[in-house]
Amino acid sequence: MAQRASKRPAGPAADQASAQVVMDLHERMVRIRLFETEAGRLMEAGKLPGFLHLYVGQEAVAAGVMAALRDDDQITSTHRGHGHAVAKGVSFRHMYAELYGRVTGACLGRGGSMHINDVSLGMLGANGIVGAGIPIAVGAAFAARYKEEDSVAVSFFGDGATNIGSFHEAANMAAVLRLPVLFVCENNGYAEFTPQSKHMLLTDVADRAAAYGMPSVIVDGMDAVAVHRATVEAVARARAGEGPMFIEAKTYRYYDHQGVKGLRHPYRSQREVDEWKARDAIDLLEARALADGTATRAELDDTWQRTRDAIADAIAYAEASPLPDTADLLLNVYSG
Amino acid sequence: MTTITETPAVDQGAAARQLSYVKAFNEGLAQAMREDENVFVAGEDVAGYGGVFRMFDNLLDEFGPRRMIDTPISEAALVGLGVGAAARGLRPVVDLMFMDFIGVCLDQIVNQAAKMKYMFGGAVSVPLTITTASGAGLGAAAQHSQSLEAWLAHVPGLKVVMPCDAYTAKGLTVSAIRDDNPVVVMLNKVLLGSTSEVPEEIYGIPLGQAYTARQGSDVTVVALGRMVGEALAAADELAAEGIEVEVIDPRTVQPLDTETMFASVRRTNRVLVVHEAVTFGGLGAEIAAQIQDAAFDYLDAPVLRIGAPFSPVPFSPVLEKAYVPDRARIAQGCRRLLERA
Ligand SMILES: Cc1ncc(C[n+]2csc(CCOP(=O)(O)OP(=O)(O)O)c2C)c(N)n1
Repeated sequence: MAQRASKRPAGPAADQASAQVVMDLHERMVRIRLFETEAGRLMEAGKLPGFLHLYVGQEAVAAGVMAALRDDDQITSTHRGHGHAVAKGVSFRHMYAELYGRVTGACLGRGGSMHINDVSLGMLGANGIVGAGIPIAVGAAFAARYKEEDSVAVSFFGDGATNIGSFHEAANMAAVLRLPVLFVCENNGYAEFTPQSKHMLLTDVADRAAAYGMPSVIVDGMDAVAVHRATVEAVARARAGEGPMFIEAKTYRYYDHQGVKGLRHPYRSQREVDEWKARDAIDLLEARALADGTATRAELDDTWQRTRDAIADAIAYAEASPLPDTADLLLNVYSG
Repeated sequence: MTTITETPAVDQGAAARQLSYVKAFNEGLAQAMREDENVFVAGEDVAGYGGVFRMFDNLLDEFGPRRMIDTPISEAALVGLGVGAAARGLRPVVDLMFMDFIGVCLDQIVNQAAKMKYMFGGAVSVPLTITTASGAGLGAAAQHSQSLEAWLAHVPGLKVVMPCDAYTAKGLTVSAIRDDNPVVVMLNKVLLGSTSEVPEEIYGIPLGQAYTARQGSDVTVVALGRMVGEALAAADELAAEGIEVEVIDPRTVQPLDTETMFASVRRTNRVLVVHEAVTFGGLGAEIAAQIQDAAFDYLDAPVLRIGAPFSPVPFSPVLEKAYVPDRARIAQGCRRLLERA
């Protein structure tokens, strides 16, 4: 009988992460933060078409999980997928080129923000349909076992997505087939503009896992080290054939559901936003790294600067890239 | 049967009121809610937020949380809620935000809502209205831009309406709510801010009755939804070349008013059908087949269809623009039809 692994956010043990892991988490988070804030600026400047769902605020989740994965581990993502793609290692150039709709983009300009993928890195795509990536991750986990590989699959989704049938069907399927898949719920407290309290009667989304006999853990989604530790354990279980696990990370998004313009309707208070920002994931990690001597300010600053340079390069690359050719309108509708 | 009030003529006076497509929808819905206590609205972010497209603005203030219901992201349960409530005599309006999301609740729409009256031997009716936004043009990509009217129009028991402007958006919405059958109201995302003259009183536009948006003698263009505006623009362009185009807006694609089209074809002898959905298996095929069946002897050229290529909707604006039919392609189609004989 499966049971809940732990209901507590990971404690002081989390502090014992190696310096290497801390620097890795820091770099992944900085890459997401800068990728996203630049994308937001480009959107504001009217340079990007389509929708932009920013991930800023939730960086610790993508970084913490991805640092526990290998390139052959698979992930499925959501409409808010840039952070997952960046943390999985998808190139800035391919990502910005896609946001610009250029033929050099991750989807050859066909997909845009909501569909970024990189199959070579196990990134099976962001997704415009809420909950739709969850069964796909179960399928990827099935394939790993079928091929007798020890890779795992991770599905990211929001609190809101757990109200959709796909989540429940996939969770039960994964549990009964004991598949190597992790269900990572990024609980940022809102589904679009609806607070969690109005779309479910639970406080902890992790409680839903119990219905399928799946163990679960709740972590502080602003603490990258805690997310990482929980994921390492869950991945080890899954690789060992012990089946799926549900991780709920309590986190927050700083921007609006979509776009950069801020609150059109006051569905949450500025005070609430400020309280979460006071526990910013990157600030927390940096403060800890500086306090325990893991890194110097100069080392941390170096990461920011290298990332800024890489982003400037990628944006220049995207802007210089050609547009898709309309003669290729039917490209990739079918294979062969 | 509910009765449909006469469609008021559009007042040509200087003081006539202009309203946006989305506000016209909102006004029609509010008036229908005032008219019938059994009408309620459910959907994601429709109440507190007023809908992601502002379709439901201010309705919570007037009608309160009993009649304006924010639901979890659970489209199958949402449509099912509408079916069950409708079977018990309410007149639900459920919103699916983007038409593409019907993918996750198609069973409730196709196998439940559409079939209940028939399977129950007529013992119940399902006066359910499903509102949703369709169409490309916002760079919203393959999972947020589709026009899936052909899927739905293929299913006996469903009705499907596609308003082309603000006036029609209000009238068809009111009729959909008053209708005793499940009706899908496909609003077009690109048209949301477009304005036209809209009467202040409540009015319905009869379902299943086409409208001749422009009269002409040389070629008939049957245009669905947003393509009506493109067809009218093409007609202006062609008029300068001495070509008189008749533009027919079916307004309702199920049931489809073919008589108005047949009558037009008998006068113009040439037809072009245009829709935003992919051409293959689209309603253009159905309309073309019916016209050749009923009016073959009047045709001077085969019925021409213009739709999207057989591909998902692309993201990149340059591709998306090439993908969606426009006035230039419609004008070109008309010229081609006239070149024959
Ligand atoms: C099936 C489906 N229904 C509705 C939507 C519209 N939609 C996009 S994101 C979203 C909210 C998702 O909330 P959550 O899962 O909590 O993720 P978050 O946005 O908080 O990251 C909704 C309702 C959609 N894309 N797909």
